[in-house]
Amino acid sequence: MNASDPTLERHKSGMRLVWVVPIAAAVVGIILLVNTWRERGPTVTITFENGEGLEVGKTLVKYRNVTIGRVSQVKLDADRTHVEVVADLAKSAADLAADGTHFWVVRPRIGVGWATGLDTLLSGAYIGVESGAGGAKRTQFSGMESPPPLPHRAAGRQLVLEATELGSVSVGAPVYFRRFHVGQVIDEYLDDKSHAARIVLFIDAPHDQAITRATRFWNASGVDVSINSDGLKVRSQSVASVLAGGVAFEEGPDVADADAPSAGADFLLYKDEPSAMAPPDGEPHMVRMRFDKALRGLTVGAPIEFVGVDIGSVTAIDVGYDAVSQRFPVFVTGKVFPRRMGLAYTTIHAGGKSDTDDDLARLTAQLVARGLRVQPHSGSLLTGRLYLALDFVPASPKIAFNPGARPIELPTLDGNLGELETGLNHIVAKINALPLHEVVAQANEDLRDLHGTLQSVNGGLLPRAVTTLGTLEDTLQTADALLTDDSPFRSNIEDTLGDLQYTLRSVKALADTLNRHPEALIRGRSKDASPTPATPQAPSP
Amino acid sequence: MTAYPRGIAHGLWSCVICGQVANSGATSSAIPCGRCGSLVTDRRPGSSEKTLAWLTAGIILYVPANVLPVMHTHSVKGDEDSTIVGGILEFWQGGSWDIATLIFVASVAVPVTKFIALGLLLWSARWRSTWARHERAKLYRFVESIGYWSMLDVVVVAITCSLLQFRGLADAEPRPGILFFCCVVVSTMMAAMSFDPRLIWDSPVTSR
Repeated sequence: MNASDPTLERHKSGMRLVWVVPIAAAVVGIILLVNTWRERGPTVTITFENGEGLEVGKTLVKYRNVTIGRVSQVKLDADRTHVEVVADLAKSAADLAADGTHFWVVRPRIGVGWATGLDTLLSGAYIGVESGAGGAKRTQFSGMESPPPLPHRAAGRQLVLEATELGSVSVGAPVYFRRFHVGQVIDEYLDDKSHAARIVLFIDAPHDQAITRATRFWNASGVDVSINSDGLKVRSQSVASVLAGGVAFEEGPDVADADAPSAGADFLLYKDEPSAMAPPDGEPHMVRMRFDKALRGLTVGAPIEFVGVDIGSVTAIDVGYDAVSQRFPVFVTGKVFPRRMGLAYTTIHAGGKSDTDDDLARLTAQLVARGLRVQPHSGSLLTGRLYLALDFVPASPKIAFNPGARPIELPTLDGNLGELETGLNHIVAKINALPLHEVVAQANEDLRDLHGTLQSVNGGLLPRAVTTLGTLEDTLQTADALLTDDSPFRSNIEDTLGDLQYTLRSVKALADTLNRHPEALIRGRSKDASPTPATPQAPSP
Repeated sequence: MTAYPRGIAHGLWSCVICGQVANSGATSSAIPCGRCGSLVTDRRPGSSEKTLAWLTAGIILYVPANVLPVMHTHSVKGDEDSTIVGGILEFWQGGSWDIATLIFVASVAVPVTKFIALGLLLWSARWRSTWARHERAKLYRFVESIGYWSMLDVVVVAITCSLLQFRGLADAEPRPGILFFCCVVVSTMMAAMSFDPRLIWDSPVTSR
């Protein structure tokens, strides 16, 4: 023990030096620990439908393709309906653990015209993150099953469209402006209250500047083939929109009273371009019509026309029962858009702006007084479909119009059941009106007279005609005998003609002599006067 | 137990470098070795403290060596950071249980064995225990002999990172964890070297 005591002093100095090593190690360790603690971000729990491709310690959490965390735990939730994924995020990504952030599993996805997540074919799935607007901190998230279609915080504008039905528009479908691809459909859902289809669009900047209050959106899906007086017309936006559907928009007519979508939506989605570009319809008004005859061929949706202009459609057809007359009248309910009557409406409806049922009832009362009636007409000869036409029938009987009834009751005319039928009826009526019996009786009488006439001809006229003909034949035979070559009559005539010819020649010779020697009439023929060779010796008188 | 005659009881010290025995006489401070000139003391100065310090450093460094990734691999399958234990599990699950065992022995079993063994030796020497002195002496020789095998892990990472360099397809680079692990191996070897095995025999029974 004595020997070891003095060495303690040396031990102390040696001890000080060597303890630097563990102290340095401890300092480095503490620095690392502090660094790790400082860089340690929040731990978030994300709920997914299934955990396909998620591996503890390997699956990364990526934001803008930069790793910001790692999955540390994958487990089933309490009722085994979902998968809970616990992920540790980096300190730099702490802001992402807030309201509005979306998590989804990036897997390979292929659609019409697009493919995403192909890198995960080899590397395995990872969890994608999309930051929201930023809100309250939270660590519990519900993961999305498909990625949000929008890139991170893209510049542009988000719009909500309201449509009566979804049609063939799907998430990711393109949005066209003058056939340029300027955005896409990012969501679609049914509104809880109005049960209208809502379609959320995202228009990329700067094309969102093209959207004004007057912009009209329509469903540009599929191919629109129309045949009109200009010929065959085929319209479509692009091959992709034919397959995947699409939405197009253009500047529409800027009108103050354009159809407004319900609360929560920015614009209406029209079913096609013509209806989108049509002037606004204004408020629809319900009308009711009673028909006492069967309306075969009238269907819900059949047009209601006013002097040839489509102003509404049939919404319901009901069969009623009239206890008094014991008949079954047909009650047709329809909605009409008076504004579709255009200038006619605004002119007649001098009131102008207001569009209530009362206004329409007052106007209708005037029109009914002037003979406005609803008549079913045949729209197509082939299908027999009917449409309802509001026409002025001046000869119609007066009808008491009740302006207080709601829906507005329009008087009807049953008689005019289709133009074709009417026409046929007219023809049949005319045929019926013809005096066929009298005509036939007269004809019989005439035929009898004709018969008598023919009998008299046969009895008297014909024998006499035969006798006459025989006499005529005898006469002709006589004439023929007279004119034959060897008949004495003919030779007599020839002799007479020869004599006559000779006489004429003599007279001519005398005339020549007298012409040259007029004195010969007194003195007689001189010697030198040579007689003409042709002149025969005129017999002396 | 047979009591061998002990030099320290007769003032005889031995040089740890050349083994020359010197007579310390009355002095208690270090004397120069008569043959090689190095300082000769009765026991290595501050042996227990040095060993304890190195052992402490080794244990502290062993934590980041295991927590931090030792290697970063990049391949078409994606980027991956692997720790020592993670790598062992991966090999084991991949079916390469032999490689997994080898790495486990080199990087977990050996350092942990050394920590325990050196701790035991230090603790027993501190209390001058007479318990199992022959076995403890064997244990010390065993610890000294296995020490450098822990470097296997460091060598594996170094070779992998230098060979696996196919830019774009696959490459690997070391990560700080392997540096800490290297320090652990060095620290434990220093601890084993600092320990004076003669302390095992400095029990009160024989020193009296």
